[in-house]
Amino acid sequence: MSEYNFDYLDELEAEAIHILREVAGQFEKPALLFSGGKDSITLVRLAEKAFRPGKFPFPLVHIDTGHNFEETIQYRDEMVARIGEKLIIGSVQQSIDEGKVIEQTGKSASRNALQTVTLLDTILEHKFDACIGGARRDEEKARAKERIFSVRDEFGQWDPKRQRPELWNIYNGKIHKGENVRVFPISNWTELDVWNYIRRENIALPSIYFAHQRDCITRNGQLMAASPFLNMDDEDVVVSKKVRFRTVGDMSCTAAVESDADLIDDIIQEISESKISERGARMDDKVSEAAMEDRKKGGYF
Amino acid sequence: MNILKFFTAGSVDDGKSTLIGRLLYDTDSILADQLEALQSSNRKNDDGTIDLAILTDGLRAEREQGITIDVAYKYFQTEKRKFIIADTPGHIQYTRNMVTGASTANLAIILIDARNGVVEQTIRHSYLVSLLGIKHIVVCVNKMDMMDYSETVFNAIKEKYKALAQNLDLKDVTYIPVSALKGDNIVQPSAQMDWYDGESLLHFLEKVDTDLQDKTAQARMPVQWVIRPQTDELHDYRGYAGRVLSGTFKLNDKVTVLPAGTSSTISKIEFFESELDQALAGQSVTIHLEDNIDISRGDTLVNSSALPIESKLIEADLCWMDTRALDPSIMYLIQHNSKTTKCKISEILYKVDINTLDKHAADDFKLNDIGRVIVKTADALAFDLYGENRANGSAILIDSRTNLTVGALMFRATVE
Repeated sequence: MSEYNFDYLDELEAEAIHILREVAGQFEKPALLFSGGKDSITLVRLAEKAFRPGKFPFPLVHIDTGHNFEETIQYRDEMVARIGEKLIIGSVQQSIDEGKVIEQTGKSASRNALQTVTLLDTILEHKFDACIGGARRDEEKARAKERIFSVRDEFGQWDPKRQRPELWNIYNGKIHKGENVRVFPISNWTELDVWNYIRRENIALPSIYFAHQRDCITRNGQLMAASPFLNMDDEDVVVSKKVRFRTVGDMSCTAAVESDADLIDDIIQEISESKISERGARMDDKVSEAAMEDRKKGGYF
Repeated sequence: MNILKFFTAGSVDDGKSTLIGRLLYDTDSILADQLEALQSSNRKNDDGTIDLAILTDGLRAEREQGITIDVAYKYFQTEKRKFIIADTPGHIQYTRNMVTGASTANLAIILIDARNGVVEQTIRHSYLVSLLGIKHIVVCVNKMDMMDYSETVFNAIKEKYKALAQNLDLKDVTYIPVSALKGDNIVQPSAQMDWYDGESLLHFLEKVDTDLQDKTAQARMPVQWVIRPQTDELHDYRGYAGRVLSGTFKLNDKVTVLPAGTSSTISKIEFFESELDQALAGQSVTIHLEDNIDISRGDTLVNSSALPIESKLIEADLCWMDTRALDPSIMYLIQHNSKTTKCKISEILYKVDINTLDKHAADDFKLNDIGRVIVKTADALAFDLYGENRANGSAILIDSRTNLTVGALMFRATVE
């Protein structure tokens, strides 16, 4: 840069910190949605930069599908212990047990869609008025249209046709009782930006992001981790492959990619050359061209 | 590597979405699965090639109608720079969305259809660019392939636009003849237009200056949050957290806290676990002062040697963004950085016909109307004029009945 040394990661970081502090300043009961994935791990790092040496002005909230990668849960618990912040867990299993949602059946059954109900219940129970999430606009074309402060009605719905104008760096967090705002501080980051930031900041990640040997089956042309959460039958052939995961979601809907990248530099190299987008490894987006838009309207992250 | 944020003004008919699609496509920014989704889509060009415009239309209604309704943000990068594109709609009924996309941009691409030249829409878009104070303008004369890549056509449009630019006081304008459909002068230089000796659009975007710092701007930092750990070992810790809007704060600088007017000296500038000698425009930091004075969110730290304007009466340009018209009899909220206070629009000075640029008297303000007003605020604001300091010279209006953002304000003058 012409006059001072403030590179693109510094600029993205400063913007995200500004957004996090606006959340702290404008809301009564915010929360940070923590999935154990790299994007929400990045958010935790940014929150440390925004609020230390003070405490976070919000708890972390994990919507737990019960179909987790073990490594993610281990990472989550170690991280929470290290940073000394509060963790609230919303359990999809509990929503099922209480009869609020019904477990899907069939071969492609997943708890991904059920999370929305648990999320909305958790928001209601704790009266959260803002939920910070790690969604990025480069992930998907409906997300490309979403504001940084994105208002949801009391049913958790996003109305893409009635979004508030969002001007300069001024964020309007005014809402009516019952509504809440989803806040996306890393909206302007790409997948590569997140990885470059993780490398620069030397942030630890759950081990499943790095190449490892794992039993997999092939579903709809994609590699899925063999697990008790996947409805498998005789047609499914289990093979051991060297894989890594590009996103961390429910085990039943997150596909692996074959990879030898076991160091962060290799991953960055691989992503730079990759020809498949990150959400391409998400079965939940494959339903239709408007899959994400429809889920967001219904209250999804 | 740094970031260039730009927005594109034009309509789908001018090939705006195709131009963005072409930039992404030719810089290899479209991934295989996205391309596959494109190929399986029903929309194709007449010659059967992929319609690149679909890349930017994100919402179902937009795909159905083949138009852009809301701002879509797109990202790509080259070895030289990261780019953020705000793809904004061009139709007059979506003016508010264009203003939204333009508000954070430091470059505007004005798209002109070579077959039609400078039209009403060009005037409207250029006016918005001047209103929002966008620093750089690139006029892309598109569809040159349909005009036999004619230099005469290009030059005639350029001359016509120059007159408009002068009228609107647009200083930094660059002209590029392109064909988004065929890819001429978007990423690769065109083989069809030897007479053009300038750069391709991408090469220009890669090297245009992106200095965020307003040259004349003084040090300003709105306080967003006060960090007070209140633990035993950090009992007296009091840090003022915020993002520097403009200028530079240095250690030991004399600063004034507004609106209180109290002064102190910067004793420490922190960024997470490190201490800094100075904080520059754009940086999010935590500032400590020598004296223990009462400061909270909504206050602004400024350099004591260059104070901003403080006033409850402000002359401002207003862009109205709500379907419910302005009601001068009610109170609105005005949000200026971290400060929110009540306000009224006490006078409408004039409205601008954004197709002809004529000013006329008015007593109402409806969706997409733009004009000059006088705002009367409950608490005084500490601001600068938009022309000198974009970040400290802008604000939004909120309707407290609906909580919607209903207006964009650009501060232009003080009122006697």
